[in-house]
Amino acid sequence: MKAVIANSLSKEYDGKTAVDKVSFEVDEGEIFGLIGPDGAGKTSIFRMLTTLLLPDKGTAQVFGWDVVKDWESIRNSVGYMPGKFSLYQDLTVEENLQFFATVFNTSIQENYHLIEDIYVQLEPFKNRRAGKLSGGMKQKLALCCALIHKPKVLFLDEPTTGVDPVSRKEFWEMLKKLKEQNISILVSTPYMDEASQCDRIALVQNGQILSIDAPKDLIQNYQNQLFKAKADDRYLLLEVLKSLEGAKSYAFGEYAHISVEEGKPIDKALILHHLEANGLSQAEVDVVEATIEDCFINLLH
Amino acid sequence: MEEIVIQADKLTKKFGDFIATNAITFQVHKGEIFGFLGANGAGKTTAMRMLCGLLTPSSGNAKVAGFDVYKETESIKKNIGYMSQKFSLYEDLTVVENIRFFGGIYGLSDNEIKTKTEELVERLGLTSVRKKLVVDLPLGWKQKLSFSIAIIHQPKIVFLDEPTGGVDPLTRRQFWELIYEAAHKGITVFVTTHYMDEAEYCDRLSIMVDGMIKALDSPKNLKEQFQVTSMDQVFYKLARQATRSE
Repeated sequence: MKAVIANSLSKEYDGKTAVDKVSFEVDEGEIFGLIGPDGAGKTSIFRMLTTLLLPDKGTAQVFGWDVVKDWESIRNSVGYMPGKFSLYQDLTVEENLQFFATVFNTSIQENYHLIEDIYVQLEPFKNRRAGKLSGGMKQKLALCCALIHKPKVLFLDEPTTGVDPVSRKEFWEMLKKLKEQNISILVSTPYMDEASQCDRIALVQNGQILSIDAPKDLIQNYQNQLFKAKADDRYLLLEVLKSLEGAKSYAFGEYAHISVEEGKPIDKALILHHLEANGLSQAEVDVVEATIEDCFINLLH
Repeated sequence: MEEIVIQADKLTKKFGDFIATNAITFQVHKGEIFGFLGANGAGKTTAMRMLCGLLTPSSGNAKVAGFDVYKETESIKKNIGYMSQKFSLYEDLTVVENIRFFGGIYGLSDNEIKTKTEELVERLGLTSVRKKLVVDLPLGWKQKLSFSIAIIHQPKIVFLDEPTGGVDPLTRRQFWELIYEAAHKGITVFVTTHYMDEAEYCDRLSIMVDGMIKALDSPKNLKEQFQVTSMDQVFYKLARQATRSE
């Protein structure tokens, strides 16, 4: 059975389209990523799938249950971690967890194995009020609370936004462990580097899905030829590359990336020549493999 | 000798027994893009608030744009710009009203405001939406406008606190073009980010761990020093040493 099926889901707010005929499926035990910037419609998709928002058009099922008719069953069997911290700030860490366990008719002990790895890091602070926790700790507590009733699907809306790279890496390691327990995960993120951690990803922009693929297939399907260039004066490098006809250039870490459409007669020698002719004689140019971010940029252009 | 616009000398802030910022010492030069990195809770925000004249240090010294962080906080505020993801524009004012409002706050004359408004609207391609409420603009446009407004009074330094969080990769790059342009005109840029590719865009950067600056150099030198190929790995090696839990 599919964990999630979205079929042409649409949502408008005051005449403005937030979600536009979005269709995708999440397999059981899969980590499926919705990758896109703020305002792309990711949160609205999450809220419709968790039965907190009615779709205007289209249908969706979570483990076969309809999001409109079977909302009670869905609410009992999914875990949802909204983008905004939504625990009780004036309850302690332990009280929050206890509360969520009770609401779902279970106990902390019953499903402790699911949260153990995460909760041991919180245990020293179990008597601290949730509102007094740091960002990383709040995130871990929210995940524990979303897991305590052993959900079949976990909906995580931007769990790592604003979190530093080290904590983000740890968070993804936790998700992989949950996947091993056969929990299906739908997760959204604005960080492209996290996309490669998912089994499959959907790139979302302006309420629409631009593509759905496994990260490595997405990269393999990148049709353009990609070069990287480096020069001491990066400002000048980017300015000069703008005037290279038939190519699109953009900053990429310490390099500039130059994306050349198939069939355009631009190669390494020509780029070097163009840079030299514009005062950048010491530049380095090389062919480079595309990343998810390059694919996304290409779709946005 | 390059002009120094930020000079911090053993700058420290304690909250009770907790040392949020622990004797940090560094200099930032005019026109430099200076990255200020660190894990959540490393003490970045506290340091930044002291430098902006919003929080009195417990000990140590610092001068920002030539003014003392203890005694001349009002002069500091007039000579810097500030933008963060959280505080930016008034959403229920239009594009033009926001420019006029902040221009006024920063003490620009009516004439200057008029000229600046036209210049800005034109430069950012906002002509068609100039009378639209800011709430209706896409996030990327808001952030570009917000940055341009933060430097409308041509401050010596602009402080950017995670300016690009949640923005799409294309807009993020357009935003950095504005940063380069500002730096090119001599405005010093002091920026925090969690995107490690953006760390590479900085001329120099510092990485804070547990309230202290543990590394400070150009991205290239830092990678050499830690014998790794990306800033991500530099950050990971350093932040892993953190012992305090936010």
